[in-house]
Amino acid sequence: MSVVTLVIDGHDVAGQSGQSILSVAREHGIAIPTLCHLDGLSEVGACRLCMVEVRGARRPLAACVTEVQEHMEVTTTTDELTDYRRQIIELLFTERNHVCAVCIANRHCELQDLAKALGMTHFDLPALNPSAGVDASHERFGIDHNRCVLCTRCVRVCAEIEGAHTWDVRGRASEARVITDLGTPWGESPTCTSCGKCVQVCPTGALFEKGRAVAEGKERRPYVPFLVARNRRS
Amino acid sequence: MAKPRLATIWLDGCSGCHMSFLDLDERLFDVFARAELVYGPLVDAKEFPEDVDVTLVEGAVSTEDDLRRVREVRAKTKILVSLGDCAVTANVPGMRNPLGPKAILETAYASGVTGASAAPSEWVPALLERVQPVHAVVPVDVYLPGCPPSADVIAEAIDQLLAGQLPDTAHLASFG
Amino acid sequence: MPEPDDAPARARHHEPVLPEGPVRATANVCHAAGCLSLGSDLVFDRLCERVEASGTDDVGVRRVGCLGLCAQGPLVKVPEHDRLYAKVPAEPDELDQLVEQFRSGTGGLVVSEDPFFARQVKVVLRHCGSVDPEEVEDYVAKGGYAALRRAVTEMTPEEVVAEVTESGLRGRGGAGYPTGLKWATVAKSGEGGHKYVVCNADEGDPGAFMDRSVLESCPQQVLEGMAIAAYAVGANEGYVYVRAEYPLTVRRLNSAIRQAERAGLLGTAIADTSFSFHLEVRIGAGAFVCGEETALLASIEGRRGTPRPRPPYPAAAGLFGEPTLINNVETFASISAIIERGGRWYAAIGANKSRGTKVFALAGAVERTGLIEVPMGLSLRQIVFEIGGGVPGGHRCKAVQTGGPSGGCIPEELLDMPVDYESLVSAGSIMGSGGMIVMDETTCMVDVARYFMDFCREESCSRCVPCRAGTVQMHRLLDRICSGLATRADLERLERLAAMVQRASLCGLGQGAPSTVFSTLRYFKDEYLAHIDHRTCPAGVCEMAPFEMAGSGR
Ligand SMILES: Cc1cc2nc3c(=O)[nH]c(=O)nc-3n(C[C@H](O)[C@H](O)[C@H](O)COP(=O)(O)O)c2cc1C
Ligand code: SF4
Ligand code: SF4
Ligand code: SF4
Ligand code: FES
Repeated sequence: MSVVTLVIDGHDVAGQSGQSILSVAREHGIAIPTLCHLDGLSEVGACRLCMVEVRGARRPLAACVTEVQEHMEVTTTTDELTDYRRQIIELLFTERNHVCAVCIANRHCELQDLAKALGMTHFDLPALNPSAGVDASHERFGIDHNRCVLCTRCVRVCAEIEGAHTWDVRGRASEARVITDLGTPWGESPTCTSCGKCVQVCPTGALFEKGRAVAEGKERRPYVPFLVARNRRS
Repeated sequence: MAKPRLATIWLDGCSGCHMSFLDLDERLFDVFARAELVYGPLVDAKEFPEDVDVTLVEGAVSTEDDLRRVREVRAKTKILVSLGDCAVTANVPGMRNPLGPKAILETAYASGVTGASAAPSEWVPALLERVQPVHAVVPVDVYLPGCPPSADVIAEAIDQLLAGQLPDTAHLASFG
Repeated sequence: MPEPDDAPARARHHEPVLPEGPVRATANVCHAAGCLSLGSDLVFDRLCERVEASGTDDVGVRRVGCLGLCAQGPLVKVPEHDRLYAKVPAEPDELDQLVEQFRSGTGGLVVSEDPFFARQVKVVLRHCGSVDPEEVEDYVAKGGYAALRRAVTEMTPEEVVAEVTESGLRGRGGAGYPTGLKWATVAKSGEGGHKYVVCNADEGDPGAFMDRSVLESCPQQVLEGMAIAAYAVGANEGYVYVRAEYPLTVRRLNSAIRQAERAGLLGTAIADTSFSFHLEVRIGAGAFVCGEETALLASIEGRRGTPRPRPPYPAAAGLFGEPTLINNVETFASISAIIERGGRWYAAIGANKSRGTKVFALAGAVERTGLIEVPMGLSLRQIVFEIGGGVPGGHRCKAVQTGGPSGGCIPEELLDMPVDYESLVSAGSIMGSGGMIVMDETTCMVDVARYFMDFCREESCSRCVPCRAGTVQMHRLLDRICSGLATRADLERLERLAAMVQRASLCGLGQGAPSTVFSTLRYFKDEYLAHIDHRTCPAGVCEMAPFEMAGSGR
């Protein structure tokens, strides 16, 4: 591992070769919005919120999957990037049915927080209002696809940390859903260990613990650093 | 100079936004010292008056009546404010959109707890095919999301509106 | 050499008629997918029967690959008289008359004089329509596998790469990445471990059938190119990834691989050297996105076919994490000619930074649709009017669409532009894999944009948000415009969204999805505005919806 020096938003910073722009930026207190990224899990570069401008690159690059390089010049915030990020949030809100007022994750939701941080006051695009479905067959947990943003954190935590690989993604386009065991109802899943990690890492109210009311799905953040520490060690 | 004319209307919402407005408490004295409340559930006017400066709209557009009213309000108002998540996103009323009005009426009346055998057909306005946020049917000038927006947020926005400014609500309010 | 698994299919068909003595005419019956779907297998069987029944011993009948004029099939070519017979019927009486024409060299059209063929230069398709796609011996008899023998016995891998580099060949799968450079990168990658060569035969563009025709007409030529590539980059294993919708292609490929292995041209000890190259066919389920190289490799590995961020590029870490060379069918099909005749010969064909030839599937509002191969640099006008014979029905050519869903529409006034990678990009389109659709004034350009957006929306792998949700919303906006319900604000929103999806999507599908919108807006904005401001569709295609009460749908 060698040291790499680069410039992020005008600050001279240093990181290790192989480290992502996102990780170096955060170590230096530079905030970049993310949604699919979670420390300790593999990266998928899917939400595209972490896009940054890298000098010489033809298009914005996802900071979570782009490795730092010597002399790189990174800009994390421009009017254009902010516009793209707001459009992405808008697409997510209108894609399924986000009714925060009656959501278990209300006020503890990363999507909601991102909308606030990016100053979203409304959406111009029409809500698509699909009937995305709910699976409440599991004894302790449930999934409301109407609030899923397809970040695949649940898929990754289950495969990479719990080692059960219960979750996966099925279908293309707007039909895509996270599923348990090739579409078996969650409650009948032979591989689910009921560890609850997926519920802990879900950024929204899609995965929830039963028995909690609106805005009660919160005591979960402290769990996340534990996942990370464990994965780093291995 | 005449006081700015303020109005509020209540479309498909739970009245929570109006409650939050009432939560301004003693600040209401200040508001009514600076503005005249010309229409709304809180006053007795039957017709929406002409030449209103600011109207706060609570609720989504769900029925033909909502649509007619919001269009009239828009035509008679300088600055239209979408107040609360129902007005801004359709929110809870919009939860019927994946099902459609027919299925909703059947669930609520024919097989529901009301005991009625069929949906009422008289005296109630027809449901629109889709519940829409206000800005999907008429132009909106200011958005104040929240379910409901807190009294502080409403106070701040009204303060600026009555001072003749369009408030920047981007970092004032949030959904939910 | 009948194969066990295709023996039943074959048994129902007649054996080719191949007279021992001198031959006056050989009826080459097209057996590529287009003509087969028009019944050319029946024509073949009946023709064999009629020839045998007539007792003549100087007329042959054989199966060949694509003869080009696909829309006018079933096609029969008689090379002895340089004649092509279109729309050949299966009626015995008519066939008897045709056999007489075959022998006497009358009827049909004269291939070398026909403008459809005269303008073409055949490198990739040089064996198409003359070799039997199901007999490796036939390919070898026509000089096939000489290039592979030469490469493995007389050339070093570096020399092979150098020859390909000199040819100036660029990837025919769409992006036009220099093939020699890609080979050199893979050759240098890895430390003596495994490497793979993969052929991308996913061909998912709507209406495209170039790669399919090549593989169904002369699969051996593609296998030979792959083997040469494997030798050049140091790989011993490879895969051909074909979509399941191409069952004939799959069958012919499997049979071709086994025949080549038995002939010592694939497998272990190729051409009696120490070089070995083992090939397998992998069948994809027909997702457009599985043509994207990282999705394709994931699919071969048995995982969900979704693209991943690059770098690392497959050349560094591809299949099973090993260095992998992935090229398109047509790219591989160009290799044997380059090795046989030299990179310099190949580079002499073409124009600007685009060397050699390109195969196109010419379709749409044009007299003669079909499969063509032209030198790079020919103008679109020459292709449409000289080869294609112009627009039928007295209509005017309005635009030519190239590049499939990631491409664009080039307006009539730019048709004199040469067909090369850079010119097409500067005109707002791309070369793509070779789809070329001619449009006349009865085509609505907004409707075209909507059509391609619909395709992208359905084919989005769903991994990244801009593409998955952005294409849905762009499609809705286009739909509003087509229905006369949109405002200028909707158009602005479409442009803003399109810019984001283009710049922010993870892979080429999303990045390319807005391109038809951009190109039609660039050249045909008046059509958008007619729909919006005047609620009329100038081409008379779109039906205007009545205004709904609540502006619902937005
Ligand atoms: C959405 C998408 C679909 C693609 N489909 C194909 C295809 O069907 N065939 C193909 O050869 N290349 C396709 N490509 C390009 C491949 O990713 C890759 O660039 C190509 O196979 C490389 O071969 P070449 O260098 O010979 O062109 C596609 C790319 C994208 C983004
Ligand atoms: S998941 Fe988040 S954004 Fe969606 S409804 Fe719940 S709180 Fe709102
Ligand atoms: S259920 Fe939650 S964690 Fe899983 S993909 Fe959906 S939003 Fe992400
Ligand atoms: S751009 Fe589309 S196809 Fe490509 S990764 Fe994103 S969602 Fe998948
Ligand atoms: S955090 Fe980088 S793409 Fe989602």
